[in-house]
This record gives sequence, C-alpha cells and structure tokens, in this order.
Amino acid sequence: MTNSSELKVKKIMNGTVIDHIPSGRALDILKMVKITGREGNVVLIAMNVESRKLGRKDIIKIENRYLLKDELNLIALIAPNATINIVKNYDVIEKVKVELPEKFEGILKCQNPSCITNYERESLSSKFLVEDKVKLTLRCFYCDRLMLISDILKQLT
Amino acid sequence: MFNLHGKDVVSILDFNRELIEDVFNAAYIMEKYARGVGLNLLKGKIMATLFFEPSTRTRLSFESAMYRLGGSVIGFTSAEASSVAKGETLSDTIKTVENYCDCIVLRHPAEGAAKLAAELANVPVINAGSGAQEHPTQALLDIYTIKRELGRVDGLEIGIVGDLKYGRTVHSLVYALSLFNVNLSFVSPPGLRLRDEIEEDLRRKGIEFKYYEDIEKIIPNLDVIYVVRIQKERFPDPAEYLRVKGSYKITSSLISKAKSNCIILHPLPRVDEISLDVDSRPQAKYFIQTYYGLCMRMGLLSMILANKEDLKQLFYSSK
Ligand SMILES: [Zn+2]
Repeated sequence: MTNSSELKVKKIMNGTVIDHIPSGRALDILKMVKITGREGNVVLIAMNVESRKLGRKDIIKIENRYLLKDELNLIALIAPNATINIVKNYDVIEKVKVELPEKFEGILKCQNPSCITNYERESLSSKFLVEDKVKLTLRCFYCDRLMLISDILKQLT
Repeated sequence: MFNLHGKDVVSILDFNRELIEDVFNAAYIMEKYARGVGLNLLKGKIMATLFFEPSTRTRLSFESAMYRLGGSVIGFTSAEASSVAKGETLSDTIKTVENYCDCIVLRHPAEGAAKLAAELANVPVINAGSGAQEHPTQALLDIYTIKRELGRVDGLEIGIVGDLKYGRTVHSLVYALSLFNVNLSFVSPPGLRLRDEIEEDLRRKGIEFKYYEDIEKIIPNLDVIYVVRIQKERFPDPAEYLRVKGSYKITSSLISKAKSNCIILHPLPRVDEISLDVDSRPQAKYFIQTYYGLCMRMGLLSMILANKEDLKQLFYSSK
C-alpha cells in the first residue's frame, strides 16, 4: 500500500519505516534512537510532507535497522501516532503502532539530584510513571519529581 | 481500624479522608495511655529505627510510642549510620534489618528512599522523612493537633509560613490538608514557594490557595498559623540562606493582631522563626503538638502491628 507522499521518498529493501511523525520531529527521533548516519546504513528522511491524518508529517526510512521495544516506547513520547513498518524485500511484512506504555524503566534519568535512583551506590534503575498522556508528563516513581516533555527531549536528543 | 494492618506508610498520598479519621480515632484512644500507664498491645514486637539523617525528635517520638505500647526498639542514628556508609547500600541494609524486626521506621536524605525500602522489605516501612520529599507522620500529627485544639479541620483558614520549597513537612501537610475543606494561604519569600508538582497537584484537586509575601496582611484571618523553619542544609548557596532567613518571623506583637483563638504550630526544632515571647501566648501550641504526635504515632503503630483481636477489644472498651 503506497500513497503519493510516500512515493516522494525512495523505497528501502530491508529495514524500518517510521511514518506519521509530527512534522519537524524526525531529527529528534533519530537522535533518540541514536542513529547518527555514521553507522553506514542508508537513512532517508522526509520532512513536512502532506498527510491526510496529520496535515503535515515526517517520515524516516532506515535500511538494515530494526527498533527495540524500548526505542518504540521512546518514539511514542514525541510521536504518539507513529506507525512502524518493518520492510523485507521491499514489502511491508509487519506494521505496528507505537504505544505509550504505563511506565518507563531504566531509560531516562531522574533529574532530581537527591533522588534515590541517583545515589550511585544503590545501582537502582529509574522508574517513571506516565502521568499525562496528552501533555506527555512523566513522574518519578520514587521521588515524585515531574519530568516534562521538554526535559525528556533535552535528555534524549 | 484494620485498614493499616501490615501496611507501609510511605506517602500521605496513600491516605484518604476515611483512613486519616481512623488514625485520629486510634490516636484519641491512645491519649489515655500516652502518659504513665502504657499498654501491652505490642509486647514482643520489635521496631527498627534507621536514621541515616539526624532527627532526634521524630526518633524519640517513635521510640516512646513503641515503648508505651509495650514493644521494643532497635536501630541506629546518623552517627552509627556512618558505618553503614562504609559501603553498604540502603537496599542491603533494608534486606538485612527486616530480619531483626516487625517494622522499619526510616529517615533518609534521599527522596524516594522510603518507597524503595517499602518495595524491598517484607515488613511494614514507615517513612519518617525522605529528603525534602515527604514526612507523612508529621502531617498526620499536625492535623490531629488542629482537630484536637480547634475541634474541627473543615472550614478553617490555614496559613503556612516559611520555606515551602525545601520543607518536607510542608509537602505532606499540604497534601493531607487537600483532603479537607480548608482555605490555604502560603506566606513565603518568592524563591521558596511550593514546588511545581505540588502546585499542580493542588490545582488538579481543585484546592484554592494564595501566596503572600507579608504575614501581617493575612494574620487577622487565620485560624491556624503553621510556621516552618528555613533549613540551612537545603540551600545549595549559604548566601541565599542568610538573605531569606529573617524574612518572616512570628513575634508576640504580631500575634496581637491574630485571632485570640487561633493556634500556632511548628514541626520543631525552631531556630528563631518564632520568638521566645510567643511561648507564653495561649495560641502557642507547638509543644503540646509533640504530645499529640506521640499519641498519633501510638495509634498508627498499633493499627499497623497489633493483633487484630487485641486491637478490636481495646477500641471497643474505649468507646
Ligand atoms: Zn526521582
């Protein structure tokens, strides 16, 4: 299934297509999943293309790279409507919608220096609960400190 | 009355109005036993007080409560905690100590420490202060004092004066008061206002509150004047501490402008935010507050630890 906007970007043989990214967020997503381009894989980025759903959207196509569950959760934070297409031999063999989980464990770091998760000796992984799915606010399970989307972006990009 | 049996007390957010009233009922029953005779309700039970940070009053209050209930106490204070600091993690300390006791009372400088301890321990954990985050038993005793001294909590004008940002007692108190119908006024220097997440929580709960920089303006309206210390150790910059230290102070002449039946509370220890000449005023209730605190902690400990049959018997015989 192809539409006109997708045709603007060349097809990839094997890899991942991240579609329905809010316009202007593609580069943030690449940073979040730590794709710099220096890996040597083909990365195609389309920004501000027309979209029936979003008006304008970004698309990323990455050859030979598949996303982990944790990475999908992160993408959900800034692109809650994104769809992930797994491509094999130019065909989409799997299509998944990203989904914001109830909690994030071990990916983000609590910003509160007095938080128990930042006591080095405890070697405790962080845990955040999603407080607001619309505003994208997280709350540290341990110290209750809020983490806003701007803080999350600062930390991950 | 059994709602806290075997449970942790980590955050005041885990309490609803009904549970708070249950604790107050238990505290009231304990008033009879808090001086002199005591009880055998917790005979054979051991409470461990793990104080990684100094707090003589809170620790003595918990220990006294446990002894009055017939139980025993083990534990360490910050001095001995330095040996813990040799390298043992809080997690390991908790997993060790829980085998020696029936409940753990924890004071720790890290925020979230009590939550972690409760997650790990099989015995109930009571938060006796976790960094600048929360101090739930202080909030309970504060409101119990208000109830005992003024006969009610709903409908009161409550002013909280001082360091609202770093004061852990304030955070728990504000959350607990949000379960009642009170009007809140906050008096603090602009730099020491409530943290964003607490303000956010209050707004979400529809609690109305106002900020003032000058206590004189609102003191005639207040039923409760709750004064908090500015804690030097919470300031990253000592110069900032010196600058704001004297910016609010309760004096006898200021109290002349207050209602004659208002009450002045303070979590103690005070430094100089309430002048000594206020002590002889009838509105000064900060010392009797510590007595109510003992009763409240006795009530809390018995709800968590007592044999259900014994507890039931005590409650019904006291009615
Ligand atoms: Zn935290």
